[in-house]
Amino acid sequence: MTKVSAALLAVIGIVAITADWLAPYGVNDIDVAGALQPPSGSHLLGTDELGRDIATRVLVATQASLQIAVAAVAFAFVVGVTAGVVAGYLGGWTDAVLMRVVDVMFAFPVLLLALAIVAVLAPGTTTTILAIGIVYTPIFARVARASTLSVRVEPYVQVSRTLGTGRIHILGRHILPNIAGPVIVQTSLSLAFAILSEAALSFLGLGIQPPEPSWGRMLFDAQGFMHRAWWMSVFPGAAIFVTVLAFNLFGDGLRDVLDPKQRTVTAARKNQ
Amino acid sequence: MTLVKTVLGHPVLRFLARRVLYSLVVLFGVLVLVFALVHLVPGDPVRIALGTRYTPEAYDALRSESGLDRPLVAQFFSYAGSAATGDLGVSFRNGDPVTLTLADRLPATLSLAAVGILIALVISLPAGIWAGLRRGRLADAIVRVCSQFGVSVPDFWMGILLIGLFASTLGWLPTSGYAPLAANPGGWLRHVILPGVTVGVVAAAIMTRYVRAAVLDVASMAYVRTAKSKGLPPRVVTLRHIVRNALVPVLTITGIQLATILGGVIVVEVVFAWPGLGRLVYQAVATRDYPVIQGAVLLIATMFLLINLAVDMLYAMVDPRIRLS
Amino acid sequence: MSTTVLSVRDLRVRIRRRDIVRGVSLDVAREQTLGVVGESGSGKSMTVLAATGLLDAPGAVVGGSSALGGVGDSPPTQLVGASARTLRRVHGGRIGFVFQDPGTSLNPLLTLERQITESLQAHRNMTRRQARVRALELLEAVRLPEPESRLAGYPHQLSGGQRQRVMIAIALACDPELLIADEPTTSLDVTTQAQIIALVRDLQRDFGTAVVWISHDLGVIGQVADAVTVLHDGEAVEQAPISEVFEKPRHPYTRQLLEARPQIGGDGPPAVADDAPVLLRVAGLTSAERRVEDVSFQIRRASTLALVGESGSGKSSVAETLTGLLEPDAGTATLGDADVFGVRGAGEKALRRRISLVLQDPFTSLDPRMRIGTAVGEPLVVHRLAAGRRGRRERVAGLLEMVGLPADLASAYPHELSGGQRQRVSIARALAVEPDLMILDESTASLDVSVQERVLDLLLGLQRDLGLTYLFIAHDLAVVRRMSHDVVVMRDGEVVEYRPAGELFAAPEQEYTRALLAAVPPELPRCPT
Repeated sequence: MTKVSAALLAVIGIVAITADWLAPYGVNDIDVAGALQPPSGSHLLGTDELGRDIATRVLVATQASLQIAVAAVAFAFVVGVTAGVVAGYLGGWTDAVLMRVVDVMFAFPVLLLALAIVAVLAPGTTTTILAIGIVYTPIFARVARASTLSVRVEPYVQVSRTLGTGRIHILGRHILPNIAGPVIVQTSLSLAFAILSEAALSFLGLGIQPPEPSWGRMLFDAQGFMHRAWWMSVFPGAAIFVTVLAFNLFGDGLRDVLDPKQRTVTAARKNQ
Repeated sequence: MTLVKTVLGHPVLRFLARRVLYSLVVLFGVLVLVFALVHLVPGDPVRIALGTRYTPEAYDALRSESGLDRPLVAQFFSYAGSAATGDLGVSFRNGDPVTLTLADRLPATLSLAAVGILIALVISLPAGIWAGLRRGRLADAIVRVCSQFGVSVPDFWMGILLIGLFASTLGWLPTSGYAPLAANPGGWLRHVILPGVTVGVVAAAIMTRYVRAAVLDVASMAYVRTAKSKGLPPRVVTLRHIVRNALVPVLTITGIQLATILGGVIVVEVVFAWPGLGRLVYQAVATRDYPVIQGAVLLIATMFLLINLAVDMLYAMVDPRIRLS
Repeated sequence: MSTTVLSVRDLRVRIRRRDIVRGVSLDVAREQTLGVVGESGSGKSMTVLAATGLLDAPGAVVGGSSALGGVGDSPPTQLVGASARTLRRVHGGRIGFVFQDPGTSLNPLLTLERQITESLQAHRNMTRRQARVRALELLEAVRLPEPESRLAGYPHQLSGGQRQRVMIAIALACDPELLIADEPTTSLDVTTQAQIIALVRDLQRDFGTAVVWISHDLGVIGQVADAVTVLHDGEAVEQAPISEVFEKPRHPYTRQLLEARPQIGGDGPPAVADDAPVLLRVAGLTSAERRVEDVSFQIRRASTLALVGESGSGKSSVAETLTGLLEPDAGTATLGDADVFGVRGAGEKALRRRISLVLQDPFTSLDPRMRIGTAVGEPLVVHRLAAGRRGRRERVAGLLEMVGLPADLASAYPHELSGGQRQRVSIARALAVEPDLMILDESTASLDVSVQERVLDLLLGLQRDLGLTYLFIAHDLAVVRRMSHDVVVMRDGEVVEYRPAGELFAAPEQEYTRALLAAVPPELPRCPT
């Protein structure tokens, strides 16, 4: 299963990079006469209300979505894991303060917080990356901290300390390699959710801004044509579904390999 | 003083008092964040809010009405103070008191959340338990695949497809709108089904995985082996020992999920034109109506905290290790 | 004349193409206790679980026969391949089970009454009220203090020994013909263990139950069994009445097991000169949070001081203060002429070099993601004790050799090694800093008895060759006898007795020490009744 999803992800990644070459038409080639055409030889996935080729738009949107997801998760990873490891390793006041901040952020449902951030800054690609990145930072912090705490009390770390090993050495040689597992699993899962979040934001018109194509916005536009052009709502949604599914399956497969203990509910409580 | 003594003496009350205190601290943080929203906006929020209706008089009026001409800290405490008494300011757009607007929209969201979590429980509890008890077998695989799919589906896509199928094409159910439960139960049901299913199915997918994990955890415990070694009928082992013990963590999950739904219904409400808090937030964000955004976010975050607190209380009541230490 | 309760013939268990149990046969009679002895991996638990139909491993195939004796005129019940319904009737109704871990074997959310009455209701069709009366009787029979009030209570309110009594009550609730006890006292203190052994013996006498007692500890088996089956690698290598097994063992493996046991009456370590200089001086060590009160002792160079006590005695906390993991509230300690407590900075690092630590659990003492060579070489890096990579590698090879491991093990990962090998690696790592003092905190307690013997030999050898000084923390008095020159007995954080080992074992002064020694299973088995 992991191999299948990995292959699928590779395909999606390639599509994202080569979308511009793969696309048969231009993203905004309007052709009012040929509007609302069902899937056919010349338009594999049909056309939308302005006659634009849906296949083209779905392919190009892949790029934007993945870009945003990767950038946002990278941000969340760097900030969150650093904060989590520092809090878990140093303990004391540092831990208390950092975790209270994380708790406050956790008090907001994901989409709500993202919306709030978008409300503050104008909608756009950068804002979307920042919003999703900020919203996903707490969970990386929690996962990193929990792992750090559990590794820190392992006997092999204790013995190392009693032998005089310095803190930095222990951090680098014992803590980081042993928390890599859960953190990597979380990265894959967060990528999946980031794509969903970006799609939701774009759907609401607060994510990727037109005329850039985005799966979410395509679904929004499809709403008015549900009974006339089912292909407008099915294909962009399917694209989101397949991509998210691939990341989820991959993350699950990784989890089975790297960290079987993550499946417990106590982890769920901490990770929300 | 005697109240404090009673609380400190009783382990459950002590535990709860700690949790309440902690929630208050977080709530304070939430307030600060919410307050900061308006002031983080680049540019002038009043000017943005007025948009094309800008005139120097309107600007001054709105500015002083919103108290934006006073020092920051004073504004914060004034805001916090009024919020505590239920006054959350007035909408930039139409001047309605925010609290009233929120109260107006709350029942719709609560309906949706309640139906959603109910559907989620009805699906995820049996499915998760069933899968957990039959680990590695076909039933388990089916449940896991289904929940993987459910977790990966964007909820607004599912909503659109459902509308497309049941409302537009088949015409069985209305495409959008809401009818209050008290006034029109039949209508309420007809309107709440599609959005409720949308919310519920996605939540069910998420919860099934956790229920399954909880059952797996418990099933591997030594006391389950003891129960089997007593030759108890399998139903007793399953219900009294496995499920009963797994329900404790499942309780936590349900609380978390309910709280998540409250924030996550935004998109579903937009798709179904459901007049709830979510749609309100969306409209407010689109029109930069900051007082409404602040008020709604504060309300939702507070409900979130309250639900978590309620789950903690139930936990303390159900687990004898906390009750009687 | 005794009737056979359980008759096992040629029992075989195969899990995914591996034969775990290879044709074991045994018999247990009424009022008789069969001891099943073996080290880890011998298949002892699996044999008995398969024989009683409780085996729950996926992919397991059980062959052979296991017949539970017929009652009155009815024929014996075949347990291998029996239907689930038959097994359910037998489990709890005719066979009772007691397992090793009292801490997790009881459902934390159910009252003790419920956990006892549910099997009475299932098998004896009793009403709730009748079952409650019987439950009270049972708790009294297992000598649980305050049984009335305990009935409505929960497992977490009891100590380990008390929970095990409740487990025994549950197992005997329906008056079964056979009681299976799988390592029931392994997790308990030695005094509690002695009480449970006595309890089971008395209950057996009162109810006539047949007992199968599984253990890795020959001393315990010697106290409980009438007949013994020794298992090794899935086969029964020796089966005989208890006195024969101990006095005239036939199979070499049995002899090996018997000889590997350290004995209280045995020899101690080679003597150390009386005028040997004192290396470590501890005075007035106190820690409020760990409940350690005014502990003082001295260790002479190249000798071993044992710190003995049951769980909660504070012995590990003492070790933690010496290794810097815990700050004491009061007291002093000097190593040579250097202070041990309250040192900071560069001085601290130098001090850490002089005291090293080996812990109990071989599985968590090594970083699972680090190769053996890197783990052993870590102190060399930290203290800059070797010249570059090459020098380090050579030193590591030398250290591995010193502990009896092949040098090429350096590139392996911990999960590829056995428990005994891992402990040797921990010792090698502790030696890397060339310490003055080595603290061994229950370092052999998790090892099989034959592996333990070899590791103890290694430690004694190293002491002799390198002049090492040991602080040996243990609860097993026989091991302490073998290793130590001086002994400190601790209880509830205080020093109860502190004397040279020979004197302490020959003539203990304190009541508590005497109780501890009396609780240790003696070398020779008790005479069967």
